[in-house]
Amino acid sequence: MYRYDEFDHAFVSSRVEQFRDQVERRLSGELAEDAFKPLRLMNGVYLQLHAYMLRVAIPYGTLNSKQMRMLAHIARKYDRGYGHFTTRQNIQYNWPKLSDTPDILAELASVEMHALQTSGNCIRNVTADHFAGAAADEVADPRPYAEILRQWSSVHPEFSFLPRKFKIAVTGAERDRAAIQVHDIGLHLKKNDKGEIGFAVYVGGGQGRTPLIAKKINDFLPEQDLLSYITAIMRVYNLHGRRDNKYKARIKILVHETGVEELSRQVEEEFAHLQETELKLPEADVAAIAAYFAPPALPERSEGWAQLAGWKKQDEAFARWVNQNVQPHKHPDYGMVTISLKPIGGIPGDASDVQMDVIADLAEEFANDEIRISHEQNVIFPHVALADLEPLYRALTAHGLETANSNLITDIIACPGLDYCALANARSIPVAQEISTRFGAPERQAEIGELKIKISGCINACGHHHVGHIGLLGVEKKGAELYQITLGGSGDEHTSIGEIIGRGFEPSKVTDAIETIVDTYLGLRTGKEEKFLDAYRRVGPQPFKDALYGEAKAEAA
Amino acid sequence: MTDKVLTANRLSDGIAVWLDAAGHWTENLQDALVARHAEAAASLEAIGKRDFADNKVVDVAVIDVEETNGVLWPTRLRERIRAAGPTMNYASGYGKADAAFIAV
Repeated sequence: MYRYDEFDHAFVSSRVEQFRDQVERRLSGELAEDAFKPLRLMNGVYLQLHAYMLRVAIPYGTLNSKQMRMLAHIARKYDRGYGHFTTRQNIQYNWPKLSDTPDILAELASVEMHALQTSGNCIRNVTADHFAGAAADEVADPRPYAEILRQWSSVHPEFSFLPRKFKIAVTGAERDRAAIQVHDIGLHLKKNDKGEIGFAVYVGGGQGRTPLIAKKINDFLPEQDLLSYITAIMRVYNLHGRRDNKYKARIKILVHETGVEELSRQVEEEFAHLQETELKLPEADVAAIAAYFAPPALPERSEGWAQLAGWKKQDEAFARWVNQNVQPHKHPDYGMVTISLKPIGGIPGDASDVQMDVIADLAEEFANDEIRISHEQNVIFPHVALADLEPLYRALTAHGLETANSNLITDIIACPGLDYCALANARSIPVAQEISTRFGAPERQAEIGELKIKISGCINACGHHHVGHIGLLGVEKKGAELYQITLGGSGDEHTSIGEIIGRGFEPSKVTDAIETIVDTYLGLRTGKEEKFLDAYRRVGPQPFKDALYGEAKAEAA
Repeated sequence: MTDKVLTANRLSDGIAVWLDAAGHWTENLQDALVARHAEAAASLEAIGKRDFADNKVVDVAVIDVEETNGVLWPTRLRERIRAAGPTMNYASGYGKADAAFIAV
């Protein structure tokens, strides 16, 4: 993984000291709140319902055990013994004292981490496929490009005060695991006929109150032009993006209002000025960054094949975990392991300090010291020998980390919702917990198959409900919570925005509604191989409306 | 007039607090000073502005409460969760909010 150079160390340390001074001046009264608020936000410090919240960046979701141990230490020393991994591959602490935040940032800096650009109208943490560097279907590792973009965008003077926040995602495989089409810019790494690396460039996707799928504006951008082309997009956006209305300020609105042809023309025009400038990526620089992400030496461990078969035969729960949570690695003797942070009835994305320490220890012991956070709020060990799966599983089991539900109905994405968030209108976590508990039986989950439920507690859609196969949006109606259900959303290479199925449900009825939807699906699918999303796309919303509301009521709704 | 109390978050640690009768910021809503008429509510607002300007608290708001059998109950769910904490078991050693208090 990337290691800080002298410049990075000096820069991050100087920012910590700058913020320490700002916090001291705030606490002494020298700085007023209005002046301080944008400064704390630039350092990832928000104010939520109960306390401050600190959002720490995990660039493209990649970290090592030393960094994970630091996250555990911070949870223990400065917070309430846990952290919350987010849909942007970051971690949030819900209870830090403002007065402690400079010390927290200093501790983070000691392991090459920070909280910069985790808030504000700037280019946020660049996200990437959590299986990067390990996936069998990968054309190239997206992380070197995510790192190049991170370096380029960090305190970029021209792009630090954009009309609105800006999110870039990169995937290196045809199968999109980074949801690139619902990002401001989505990059799909590919190779052309000559074997050269380039990018399909998508622009103007996003969720929130106006969900839009990104438009492809370039089918193959050569690698060397990455920064000049992205700069061209940013310039067009910075110039023409709306600053008069916060709700219309994202680039998706600009793309929508300008039209993709005209926007592409503007980008190409700007790109023509930039293409032959210092922004052109020298091959040597790309290679130097890529070297940081060289895959670990993975010795042959073919003994794992027979061992694995034996272990699976002996232990049904282990077999279930392997089948669900272990994906094929590009090396046949290895697997990519998903460590679920979705225990049945638990809080999606939360991990205790003890669990984080355990994950760090196990990453060192079994996973070449590489850890990822997925945008689906789970932990990934990308390189685990099949021969090590059983001892890893046993160790995870001792700490409640063995839930075998990756991509199943209980692998729910949920935002913090009204239990923490100052913007939320309704709770997300208790809804997720109840659904998880209802469907928690392993046999039932297996019978239902792949089904992604995503829950947001307000229209900002941090819980990605628009791209949930089943999406839940919490709203406030007459002072009470109400949950609107969308069906048919998807955040992969066939991205779609879910359709609202009808009127909303009270908290006490929402799990029953989910069960009705699931039972309807089970009743109409052509067979177990027809997944929920495929079945929905085949039959459309009507059978689900009929089941939820009755035929006559559905027409009225 | 609906009864009102003054709430904010403490500057130093962000913890939700309410103004009590002694003019201190308390972490317990049930200790809050209740304004039962317009003049008292205006006084709360003035104190809120003063303590914000004095850098004691941030995010100051006057909120509606109902008092039943001596228990103060914010009319908005958001404020009940602020007063009682997250509504699920979120961390070892920290209980979840009383469900009866949270319920509509």
